[in-house]
Amino acid sequence: MAMTQEEILTGLGDIIDEVAGVPADEVTPDKSFVDDLDIDSLSMVEIAVAAQDKFGVEIPDDELKNLKTVQDVIDYVRRANVSA
Amino acid sequence: MRLTDGAPGSRILAFGGYQPAKVVTNDDLAATIDTTDEWIRSRVGIASRRIAGPDETLADMAVAAGGKALAASGLSSPDIDLVIVATCTPEAPIPNTAATVATRLGIVAPGAYDLNAACAGFCYALATASDAVRAGTARNVLVIGAEKLSQWVDWTDRSTCIIFADGAGAAVVSPVAEPDDAPGIGPVVWGSAGDMADKIFIADRNSFIVQEGQAVFRWATTALHPVARAACERAGVDPTDLAAFVPHQANLRIIEAIARKLGAPQARVADDIVHSGNTSSASIPLALSAMIERGEVGSGDAVLLLGFGAGISYAAQVITVP
Repeated sequence: MAMTQEEILTGLGDIIDEVAGVPADEVTPDKSFVDDLDIDSLSMVEIAVAAQDKFGVEIPDDELKNLKTVQDVIDYVRRANVSA
Repeated sequence: MRLTDGAPGSRILAFGGYQPAKVVTNDDLAATIDTTDEWIRSRVGIASRRIAGPDETLADMAVAAGGKALAASGLSSPDIDLVIVATCTPEAPIPNTAATVATRLGIVAPGAYDLNAACAGFCYALATASDAVRAGTARNVLVIGAEKLSQWVDWTDRSTCIIFADGAGAAVVSPVAEPDDAPGIGPVVWGSAGDMADKIFIADRNSFIVQEGQAVFRWATTALHPVARAACERAGVDPTDLAAFVPHQANLRIIEAIARKLGAPQARVADDIVHSGNTSSASIPLALSAMIERGEVGSGDAVLLLGFGAGISYAAQVITVP
């Protein structure tokens, strides 16, 4: 079953809170990981790994570097869900 | 044909560590390359590292650490019949480091070889030493992890020169005192992933160390906690009974991520990297000997060791603190 934008955003907020200590309510779609949420490349890897566990979507390093904002990740997960 | 009489179990009699005197801080590095103390601390958890002097060789450091472990073991040089040096930074392809180190320590004609499993080297060497003692092909083994990584680092490459450092650590491995005594070195769980050989490498003798940090981080934080847990299971030690967890000191964030997933919240987690940097095969015995010296672990405590690095190679075992 495909997840909605809101479901993925909520899940992502929990992950980012746990990995990087950023409160989930600050995780909004337009936020940039690096510039707004102060998340570095290693934390992005941890987020990708946690996202794989939570959403069942693998995000390889090559793809990860293109995901700049929270919405980018949401779109990636939704696309992967559709193709799966 | 006859076979040797083995020993029912092996144990570690003593540890020893040696670090070069020269301390290089993050601010020292920031003076010559584009980095900051805050950046280094947040990414890898290192505040300062030790770097060998220009005339200080790999063998010098190995002799210093090995001599300390031997002195602390209560044995003397003639008792040692096998010397293994784990290193990925030998001074030359031949002669090996182990024979030279043995001679300088007054150990006459032992079996002597170098072992390269990069940052997993100490755990590999400890496992092979333990097996030699149990098989009866060696009585007392001096195991040394020694590295002079500063020779293989591009000091203008801010992604690697902030991480790697120099040092040596050693252990003396012997049979259990009485046949019924509990063994002090548990079964090793080891493995490799040669398909990731290109993630950490030194291309040739004129090249510097190259590391794909993100890929290594992803692998280390997802693949290793099952290895660590398997080593506990094979030794029959529940993770909640560990006094300490001493993983290779690669990166504090890797260490913390593995520790979180290990399921041993009570275990003290080695964080020697903060003031020692990443010393590859030397990092585990260096960290553990410092913990023993500070009294953070005591005799009889169960400690989980986990080595991992280039290859990719990894190995883990539970040991009992001497």
